[in-house]
Amino acid sequence: MNGADAIAKCLVKEGVDTIFGYSGVAIDPFWNSVGKEKIKAVLVRTEQNAGHAANGYARTLGKAGVCAVTSGPGATNLLTGIATAYADSIPLVCITGQVNTDQIGSDVFQEADVTGAAESFVKYSYLIRDVKDIPRIIHEAFFVASTGRRGPVLIDIPMDIQLKRIPDFDYPLEEPKMRTYKPTVKGNAVQIKKVIKVLENAKKPLIIAGGGVFLSGAKKEVRSFVEKHSVPVVSTMMGLGVLPSDHPLYYGMVGNNGNAIANRALRECDTLMMVGARVADRAVAAPNMTFDGKVLIHMDVDPAEIGKNVGPTIPIVGDIKHIFLDFLEAEFETRHDTWVNMLDLYRDSVKEERHSSRDFVNPQSFVHKLSLAMKDTSVYVADVGQNQLFSCRNIILREKTKFFTSGGMGTMGYSIPAAMGVKAAEPGTQVVAVCGDGSFQMSMMELATINQFKFPIKIVVMRNRYLGLVREHQHHNYNDEYNMVFIGEEPELSKIAEAYGVGYLRADNMDGIDEKIGEFLSDDKTVIFEVSIDPEENVMSV
Amino acid sequence: MKKIYSVQVENRSGVLSKVAGLFARRSFNIDSLAVGETEDKNISCMTIVSSGDDRTLEQIEKQLNKKLDVIKIKTFEEQEAINRELMLIKVKYNKSNRKEIMEICQAMKADIVDMSKYHIMIQICDTPERTEHFVKLLSGISIVELARTGTLALAKCEM
Repeated sequence: MNGADAIAKCLVKEGVDTIFGYSGVAIDPFWNSVGKEKIKAVLVRTEQNAGHAANGYARTLGKAGVCAVTSGPGATNLLTGIATAYADSIPLVCITGQVNTDQIGSDVFQEADVTGAAESFVKYSYLIRDVKDIPRIIHEAFFVASTGRRGPVLIDIPMDIQLKRIPDFDYPLEEPKMRTYKPTVKGNAVQIKKVIKVLENAKKPLIIAGGGVFLSGAKKEVRSFVEKHSVPVVSTMMGLGVLPSDHPLYYGMVGNNGNAIANRALRECDTLMMVGARVADRAVAAPNMTFDGKVLIHMDVDPAEIGKNVGPTIPIVGDIKHIFLDFLEAEFETRHDTWVNMLDLYRDSVKEERHSSRDFVNPQSFVHKLSLAMKDTSVYVADVGQNQLFSCRNIILREKTKFFTSGGMGTMGYSIPAAMGVKAAEPGTQVVAVCGDGSFQMSMMELATINQFKFPIKIVVMRNRYLGLVREHQHHNYNDEYNMVFIGEEPELSKIAEAYGVGYLRADNMDGIDEKIGEFLSDDKTVIFEVSIDPEENVMSV
Repeated sequence: MKKIYSVQVENRSGVLSKVAGLFARRSFNIDSLAVGETEDKNISCMTIVSSGDDRTLEQIEKQLNKKLDVIKIKTFEEQEAINRELMLIKVKYNKSNRKEIMEICQAMKADIVDMSKYHIMIQICDTPERTEHFVKLLSGISIVELARTGTLALAKCEM
């Protein structure tokens, strides 16, 4: 047994059934060994997308996604995929081949210091120098990636170590013991009592839920809590779907791209519980936002997030699920009917505008209709740009629908490979990727992967011939002086669809849009649905 | 505000760059940095002096704690610790200033550790303020080379 065989065996022990990646000489021993195991190896078309596909896979199953690429350019191409996962705290184990140990540092062919390059956006990285360390390192990598604040872990492994004989292979089963890594899981009991006291006295409490709720698998607990204590909920972009869109206590997404009612709730609340949310710039840059005079309760598994952006009155470090289980066990009850009624009045008075033009598809209505037509258990993956914001603002999410997007990093081209990852994880799930002209062209090469490995996904391309969100920015900030945002008439998507052997549909306006959406979603085949959007359409509520 | 971080880290290759990289990436200042093995050869101690507002100083500690190579962090303010810095200074001398140099060294408890026909090398080990003061005292004398360790600090012995 050599090092590569050992890695493959370790991956099987960790329950890995799919690896996304690309080949190359420095990672060849690895793929050779993976080929002998019951693991599906998915060959993407560029390494970055291996990261995104593993990301979609991880978010679907709630366990670490795995990708593997070769040294040098393979590894550097993967960096964006790693950074994207890091920004959204998605657990990944990324394996990169490296040149032979004795060549490291001598700038040989396809050598790049990937552990150095990735340092500021991995949770941890390893460069394996001794074949005997393989079982320990792989075991630690999965543990680190999928506990505490989730995130990507990088394992760089030189070719000679992959080929070296491993004397005896013994895979540890117990939790790794690491003196430098002990994430806090359980919330401090005293702090929890304090929060209960505050909630009992609060007149206008509000929960702002972030991606941490999903990462800790606490959706059910959070819902039970807010229903029991009648606490209204708003979400960040990463928290979309924490409650179904039509839940009486859900008031939409906050932020400068969010819903007016959610921002109003955020402004007017007296007690704000930030639950698994970083409260980053995009979420709180809402008009007239201030936290003065509010009681701020911040719950996060990462102590460094607490106090980073806003200073909390009461911090609770811990896993959201554990914290909410503790809340549910505590004997207390609160009602906030006056506050809820007030928010309901606001909600009734604000109607999201969905004006429609005869000449184009209205993107707001389209997203609304599309999400209503999707299956209850489907996954909607939004890309980055106007398409993302149209999606966030207008999507209807149900109990079991999931919404994925690159929230923190805002990586264009995320949706199609991430949707592939969803499909790899759950072949029966309906997956829709929504992108724009720009983001589609950043990952359309994956249409070949989709066919080769049978990951049928539904792709919406909102076409307006512009990199729309930046055009909009230039419209507001540069007096309509448009630079580097017109992306041209090409390619003809019907021909792209034909070239890759996938279905094609097109809507130029709203005529018969419901039927077209119905047709688009009618089967389990890959279809590109091109929808024409007004190039002048703006999404931001300036 | 200034703060001293005494950081115990795993003595592995690449750890220094990970810690230094963290400071660069998050725009934290490093006023000084000194690294060396501890009594346990698997553990190194990094003494980092940094400055910034309260929030930054708190973030430094929290972000350092997130690093998986960091075992333990002790933080203290200057007055809570014994701080020392070692400095070597090579100066040019001649007949007219030799005596002055000797006097300054004597007054500041600095040692002459090497000497040639034109150059004297002086060693001083003292608090960062006093080593800085020493450099000022030598301002009239031409300094050829200067090297310093950065601050080393340990919390004062408990009473």
